[in-house]
Amino acid sequence: MAPETPAGDLRLANLTKTFGAFTAVDDLSLTVPQGSFFALLGASGCGKTTTLRMIAGLEEPTSGQVLLADRDIARLRPYKRPVNTVFQSYALFPHLDIFENVAFGLRRRGIRSVDGQVREMLSLVQLDGYERRRPAQLSGGQQQRVALARALINQPQVLLLDEPLGALDLKLRRQMQIELKRIQTEVGITFVHVTHDQEEAMTMADTVAVMNAGRIEQLGAPAEIYEFPATAFVANFLGQSNLIAGETTGGNGGDLLVTVHGSRFSVPARRSRADQGPVHLGVRPEKLHLVRSADEVPAGSQHLDGTITDASYVGVSTQYLLRTGWGTELSVFAANSGSQQRFAPGDRAVAYWDPGHAFLLGRHADEDDRTTGILDEPVGTSS
Amino acid sequence: MSALAHVPTASGQPVSPPPAARRGRHRLLPYLLLLPGAAWLFLFFAVPLVQLAAASLYDPTGSLSTGYALTWAFGNYPTALQAYWPQFGRSFLYAGIALVLALLMGYPLAYAIAQKAGRWKNLLLVCVIAPMFTSFLVRTLAWKTILSDNGWLVGLLRDVHLLGPDGRLLATPIAVVLGLTYNFLPFLVLPLYASLERLDYRLLEAASDLYASPLKTFRRVTLPLSMPGLIAGTLLFFIPATGDYINAELLGTPKEYMIGNVIDSAFLVRLDYPQGAALSFLLMSAILVVVFVYLRRAGTEEVL
Ligand SMILES: Nc1ncnc2c1ncn2[C@@H]1O[C@H](COP(=O)(O)OP(=O)(O)OP(=O)(O)O)[C@@H](O)[C@H]1O
Ligand SMILES: [Mg+2]
Repeated sequence: MAPETPAGDLRLANLTKTFGAFTAVDDLSLTVPQGSFFALLGASGCGKTTTLRMIAGLEEPTSGQVLLADRDIARLRPYKRPVNTVFQSYALFPHLDIFENVAFGLRRRGIRSVDGQVREMLSLVQLDGYERRRPAQLSGGQQQRVALARALINQPQVLLLDEPLGALDLKLRRQMQIELKRIQTEVGITFVHVTHDQEEAMTMADTVAVMNAGRIEQLGAPAEIYEFPATAFVANFLGQSNLIAGETTGGNGGDLLVTVHGSRFSVPARRSRADQGPVHLGVRPEKLHLVRSADEVPAGSQHLDGTITDASYVGVSTQYLLRTGWGTELSVFAANSGSQQRFAPGDRAVAYWDPGHAFLLGRHADEDDRTTGILDEPVGTSS
Repeated sequence: MSALAHVPTASGQPVSPPPAARRGRHRLLPYLLLLPGAAWLFLFFAVPLVQLAAASLYDPTGSLSTGYALTWAFGNYPTALQAYWPQFGRSFLYAGIALVLALLMGYPLAYAIAQKAGRWKNLLLVCVIAPMFTSFLVRTLAWKTILSDNGWLVGLLRDVHLLGPDGRLLATPIAVVLGLTYNFLPFLVLPLYASLERLDYRLLEAASDLYASPLKTFRRVTLPLSMPGLIAGTLLFFIPATGDYINAELLGTPKEYMIGNVIDSAFLVRLDYPQGAALSFLLMSAILVVVFVYLRRAGTEEVL
């Protein structure tokens, strides 16, 4: 129970949780190294909170183990686990003031003099002077910071954060992100951080896991996942991707050849997750560049031509939709660096890319192109 | 520019204020709504109370036949208290013990119904209220049967030697306390239930996440958050239990009589109106003092 006991890696082994016939978490196995920052990303309802609740002890796993430093804690009562949670719903005690809310964990462990620690914690979350207020007298973002302080003050071996910054405005969220990251590195607490904000996950985490329907789709360093997604779900959940349906007939040296509507493209074999049959050729919108004619395409690039159907100016970039010969609309993000050519709807244009930036994913034979519309938030400008 | 005309002003008020007449009526409305209740309270509470106060100061030598005179006889109070202090003490003692018993039963019951009963919740609530469908008198008479000397309960207790061969329950303080406990239990359970029903189980989860054992969680979260219901329930139980006389009358003997029995007989048997009124006022002020002290204490405890 005391945080002084030697910490260790957090390991989930074949963790499963079913509610009746519904499987919320499906045979989940992963390791979070001690002191690392682990982000769990996934669509609403994919089982993130349920996973955290099993680690905290608030939900009993249907099967599987939760191991902390090789000790199975899955059947340990929550108050005996060296784990604290920042709840998605805050769950602040309405009858206690802010000071007592933050001091709650320390007091329950019999620590007498809590004054200094509580004040330090409150100033860390920028709530000095709020000690005597009740939670109901705070704004949503302030309550969220109290929830953060209340968990963090205990310096647990593992801190579980269930969308802890969701209610904060952009500026405060960035500040808190930096603070969190600083605390995490300084104190060496293992953080398991659930978030919807992919940018937050990518900037803060050492490891990102993308969850879908109770399973981990892909796990790895942020750049690794972004640059070379493992599945179509990941490719479109983390940022956007243009996934073009094609067939591959196998390799040619270090490259794989893909046929898309009669045109052939090549992708390096190391950036491929399938080497036979139906595939998706993936290119991120910001990896596509637009020029007016095929003459301008640099050597070694691959290209596709089409017609611009939409151009949206979003400040840092302009987002174009390019309709290909077979009717699919590809997203193209062009940085507004000032040197770019501008295109207007109706213009003919050629999109080119470096084959080293493309990737190849396996595809069900009946799946078509998968591109995300221009309405989706691009990475880099999300709120 | 024309679009701006519809923008609310800074104070949040619509641009065109309501006519003054309508606002005036709005201000009167709360008082109009209060009127029926206030009139009722005045006619049937305030006026009789003043009458009772006057009666408590009547000349004690008067009688119904000779008539009473208001002689400001404050001596009625010490006289009454001197004569009946044991019944006074008994009232508070019995009601106090009954309250403790009712809390021991009622709190877990209310908690279970509110937090654990799931779809049985409504049925269980009806069970709590069901006894109220029959009259208070009938319920107490039923207890008389249950506790009677040749009833199964006394038989059982004698068999296991918890009671001697001639031991009895009826006509003992135990019977009166049990009767009080039973009769007023719903008044304690219902407000408690209302408080516990609103208790967010996620707070209990948060407490256990923050190193609070179930016992500490109860002490630090559940109990303080159910305080409003607990206070209301305790008062609704304790006040009528203290003034009750049916239980002592039916389940006890004159040795168990409470102050309610004395007031009852003063008004209806001995026809000693000044004494009955004085005792009523004494009971009322004693209860007010107890309630006041209790609220002060309970109030500060919640802040701690
Ligand atoms: N107690 C429960 N009983 C039945 N189903 C549940 C229960 N708790 C969660 N679920 C279901 O399990 C699934 C996963 O829920 P969970 O709360 O883990 O989602 P999440 O990934 O945290 O979503 P969000 O991002 O919206 O918070 C959901 O479909 C939910 O409806
Ligand atoms: Mg959730």
